[in-house]
Amino acid sequence: MFSLDRWREVFDTIRRNKLRTTLTCISVAWGIFVLVFLLGLGQGLNNGMRSNFARDATNGVWVNANKTSVPHAGFDVGRQIMFENRDYDRAKKIEGIDHIAGLHWIAGKRWGGLVTKRGAKSNNFEVNAVHSDAIFLAAHDIIQGRFLSAADITNKRKSVVVGRPVVGFLFGPKENPVGDWIVIGGVPFQIVGVFTDPGGQEQERQVYIPVSTAQLAFSGGDKLGMLEFTVGDAGPAETQAIIDDVVGQLAERHQFSATDKQAVRVHNNIEQFGRFQQLFWVISFFVVLIGLGTLAAGVVGVSNIMMIAVKERTKEIGVRKALGATPRSIIMMIIQEAVFLTGVSGLLGLAGGVGVLELMSGMNNDFIKNPSIDLKIGIAATLFLILAGALAGLFPARSAAKVNPIHSLRDQ
Amino acid sequence: MLRLVKVNKYYRVGTHSLHVLQDVDLEVSDGELVAVMGASGSGKSTLLNILGVLDDYDSGEYWLGDTKIKGLTESKAAYYRNRFIGFIFQSFNLLPFKTALENVALPLYYQGVTRRKRNLIAAQYLDRVGLRDWSDHLPSEMSGGQKQRVAIARALIGKPRMILADEPTGALDSETSAQIMDLLAEIHQSGITILVVTHDPEVAARTERTIRLRDGKVVGADEPRLSNPHLPVAVASEAETS
Repeated sequence: MFSLDRWREVFDTIRRNKLRTTLTCISVAWGIFVLVFLLGLGQGLNNGMRSNFARDATNGVWVNANKTSVPHAGFDVGRQIMFENRDYDRAKKIEGIDHIAGLHWIAGKRWGGLVTKRGAKSNNFEVNAVHSDAIFLAAHDIIQGRFLSAADITNKRKSVVVGRPVVGFLFGPKENPVGDWIVIGGVPFQIVGVFTDPGGQEQERQVYIPVSTAQLAFSGGDKLGMLEFTVGDAGPAETQAIIDDVVGQLAERHQFSATDKQAVRVHNNIEQFGRFQQLFWVISFFVVLIGLGTLAAGVVGVSNIMMIAVKERTKEIGVRKALGATPRSIIMMIIQEAVFLTGVSGLLGLAGGVGVLELMSGMNNDFIKNPSIDLKIGIAATLFLILAGALAGLFPARSAAKVNPIHSLRDQ
Repeated sequence: MLRLVKVNKYYRVGTHSLHVLQDVDLEVSDGELVAVMGASGSGKSTLLNILGVLDDYDSGEYWLGDTKIKGLTESKAAYYRNRFIGFIFQSFNLLPFKTALENVALPLYYQGVTRRKRNLIAAQYLDRVGLRDWSDHLPSEMSGGQKQRVAIARALIGKPRMILADEPTGALDSETSAQIMDLLAEIHQSGITILVVTHDPEVAARTERTIRLRDGKVVGADEPRLSNPHLPVAVASEAETS
């Protein structure tokens, strides 16, 4: 099989039949190219999805206070629920929660409303009044200084952590923001850290202040609008149990029905993530299916072309047989040619696919990020190709071995 | 050298069976130059195929030297074709994408001779048929006579015991035909058995004897023509007695 002489014979045949060779190569190369491209795109989709979730902790749960929708304990529907610091303290003790933070709605409002100023410059940034563990629920990277600390909360310090665009807006390019003061809603705060976020501008145009300071400075009492916590590596079922515990406590304390879906709104990232993973799995399945289908079509194409080639070469094969070629040597000749053609053109397709993916690697939007293909998959595809090549060659080779020299050599 | 004893061959065409060779007895001695003549459908192609180990027969015996040729596996048949028989065809049957030299060397490829060695030997054989300067040419660049010379060199290179020529001059003009027959006669003189299938009486006249086929039967063999101008008398009688 690996005799140099036979390979030479195969190369000779390939080289002297350029059109046939080219057609065969194109169909296989295209098949592999599409497979690699689709697999890479699938990977890009996966990366894109993951990066969407990278904005927040994938094991995070957010419990927002809302209005009741079920009458309970003598209360009518439509009652606004509001959490308190005690709710935070109680939830903190629940087993399975590894980080927890409460969020105070400044002036009872859920979003915005406070102006951030420094000197003559002012703008409206999202102000989050939180506990120090809030950092574990966002995917922020601290690039300067630190995040809020537990001491900031207990001592009700006027500390603030700001996003990079906030710094960009309020400070000159050479100024060091950490240690400097800004005014939020008329109250001066000292910057202790700066963060960035892979989720982009929207996630970065924010400032964080201690929940205790906000409650004091903006007359918020001990109210909290939201509890957010992470659940370690708990699975979907365990997470649900923890959520039920937290909501149960809240329901008891604030007298709403534990089955009231509206009284508190729960956003469970684990569940969301699982759902997306399922969706992604379905997409991957189709991507692989389509890719393999295209590849199979390519292989059938090679088989077809080899079949035609064998027909076209009936005379040649007849001559070879008359000169003493054994059926085995004819079969090996055709299979080797098929393996070589599929192998080489497959590698070309692979290189093309990887090349295009490489060009697209800069691509970075909400859906597709860094499309790429695993080297292992590439190697597996190549091995599969060589196998497929042998298979593609087998049927034509068998029909070639059956060529009857008598009929092929007489011209009548 | 070659002996057929009551060989029968049938072709099944649908439900019918065609009796193409009927009790054919035939003997060719070592070193003979024999013509097989017959009209189309007389069974001469079938006979040639059986003699060339390209086809099997239904009953009787075929001896090639001391070897009985019957019911061989494909690989065994390929081996005998490669070692014992050289083919020359009407349409030359050279591989169009190989040069003259590579075409001549092909039988040695199937004998497992290394490329260098077989190209060296092929060059010698090309020289012998007068085409030394044409070794790098493709068949499409050569005349009919030249192509047939290449085919003859290819038939000879495996040092066969017997050359089977199927209408070797059928595609050539009369002048070239004569040259090719000269070449065959020359090869014959070196002691190789040659069997020529032809319907051309002029070609048959250049051989030592003619076997005639009609409707699948041998209808008569001419006596050896001692008057063959290319054949010394002594050689002919020697061939006959051996």
